[in-house]
Amino acid sequence: MQGVLNYNEEQRDFLQGVHGEAAAMAMRILSDMARVEGVRDFVAVTSAHVDGCVYHGDTGCYFAEKLASAGARVRIPTSLNVGAMDLRQPSNVLLEGATRDLAIRQMNAYVAMGCTPSWTCAPYQAGFRPSPGEQVAWAESNAVVFANSVLGARSNRYGDFLDICCAITGYAPNSGLHRPENRLATLVIDASGLSRSLKKRDDFYPVLGWWLGHTVGAKVAAIVGLPLDVSEDRLKALGAAAASTGAVGLFHVVGVTPEAPTLERALGGAEAVKRIVLNREILLDTHRRMSPAGDEQLDVVALGSPHFSISEFKVLLGLLKGRKAAIPIYVCTGRHVIDELGPLGLLNGLDASNITVVADTCVVVTPVLSSDGGVLMTNSGKFAHYGKSLTGHDVVFGSLEECVNSAIAGRVIRDKAAWGVA
Amino acid sequence: MSTSSRVLVAGEGQGEVLHLGEGISFWGAVDPLNGTIIDQRHPMAGQGIGARVLVMNRAVGSSSGSAILLETLHRGCGPAGIVLAEADQILTLGAVVAREMGYGVIPVVQLDAVFFERLSGVVSIDSEGIIESVR
Repeated sequence: MQGVLNYNEEQRDFLQGVHGEAAAMAMRILSDMARVEGVRDFVAVTSAHVDGCVYHGDTGCYFAEKLASAGARVRIPTSLNVGAMDLRQPSNVLLEGATRDLAIRQMNAYVAMGCTPSWTCAPYQAGFRPSPGEQVAWAESNAVVFANSVLGARSNRYGDFLDICCAITGYAPNSGLHRPENRLATLVIDASGLSRSLKKRDDFYPVLGWWLGHTVGAKVAAIVGLPLDVSEDRLKALGAAAASTGAVGLFHVVGVTPEAPTLERALGGAEAVKRIVLNREILLDTHRRMSPAGDEQLDVVALGSPHFSISEFKVLLGLLKGRKAAIPIYVCTGRHVIDELGPLGLLNGLDASNITVVADTCVVVTPVLSSDGGVLMTNSGKFAHYGKSLTGHDVVFGSLEECVNSAIAGRVIRDKAAWGVA
Repeated sequence: MSTSSRVLVAGEGQGEVLHLGEGISFWGAVDPLNGTIIDQRHPMAGQGIGARVLVMNRAVGSSSGSAILLETLHRGCGPAGIVLAEADQILTLGAVVAREMGYGVIPVVQLDAVFFERLSGVVSIDSEGIIESVR
């Protein structure tokens, strides 16, 4: 019968206000969403990653303050995604007046509820790493796809409002990727025919992810033929792009990710519904479409979506070799990275090189870049996807090395040998 | 004419039907300050969603669409009701949170798209999911 949910005693207590009105409200919202999804019960979750702390409109702040003022506290370890302010370096963010105040109030309300002020879209780089098989409620599409795919934890793609309801109650509707049967691949993507030199490039992974999202939508794919030593940074870039262009919440890389020791295991012993053999032309076409602005003009370089890791920062510093960029470079990262690299002196002198380090937030969720527009170059598939609509900049995509060389030259410089494009 | 639909969020509402076809990404396509459809690629660009009964297959795009729907309801420029072909979490969540925040209760119902052509002019939706033609 529609609408009847199987509550345990604790969930009933939440609804009846035993743990306060805020927790009752959270449980009511979760109940409505369980009914919409057509499931009857809830799964206990052991951690949450909350995305609702970023300002999209005044009501996001009012919602958080309503919960916080009613005494809501998170019951499980809860990390926070980016906010709309760089709290360490507030002058980086151009928000003004009442909006700026609301953005800060919204961030504070989530901290008041007991969330950890991690302020990063890559919590998995900041020590928040659930174990394989662990049920969690994570928001932020790149964090979700990383938690599911690379860590083997189990989360649906949560978003604003629902994420904090899960954190307050410790429960989520038992649907989608929480259930093992929905985690099996139905598609096989065969990358084994692609050249080793292509798969060695960092920009191969966002291109593959971009194509994957467009091609599979929300379906689970198993990729075969990637290097068995592919790094976390590369899987992060792949997942973030796929979760931006599609609704990908989980992918498997056979021989690499925890639920895909073999192709047979990734498919659960079933036959694939479809098998797609990748070739160079498919990826060249994708690579070209990721740079709609063309290579004639360049105004700014933006890196770090998802937030730059320590290893990515070190690669960047190695490529810069202390040179000064002709156009501004913005690098978005988490405060945990600054806390580690700062004391080593590695971030000294970046201002003089025309590099701005943005922490706690990101250039596509809040105004950081010049509002005059222009052309933005990035190594991120996610920035490439959202850059135009959220910053007003036309976008050029390239490898990290191409981005650095271009920023120094003040014009787009391509490694022509790689993709064979101008 | 009276049509029975599945209730996703119970409420009562009445308004002129606005067919949105396949769907719309509220995040980026609807101005949260006045409810105008600002995505120039959408066939209904320039129309306002305020006080209308929106009819579409499903919301598409970012989950932040929930926040945009909430914002329009808070500002009094939100829809009077929503009819979806597929049970959709994005808009349903926005309507549920609006109810919890005291910004008003709008009905969200699910109806097979083959019945969409019956919906025109002004319709009302009741808390049982009955959709009736008003004029």
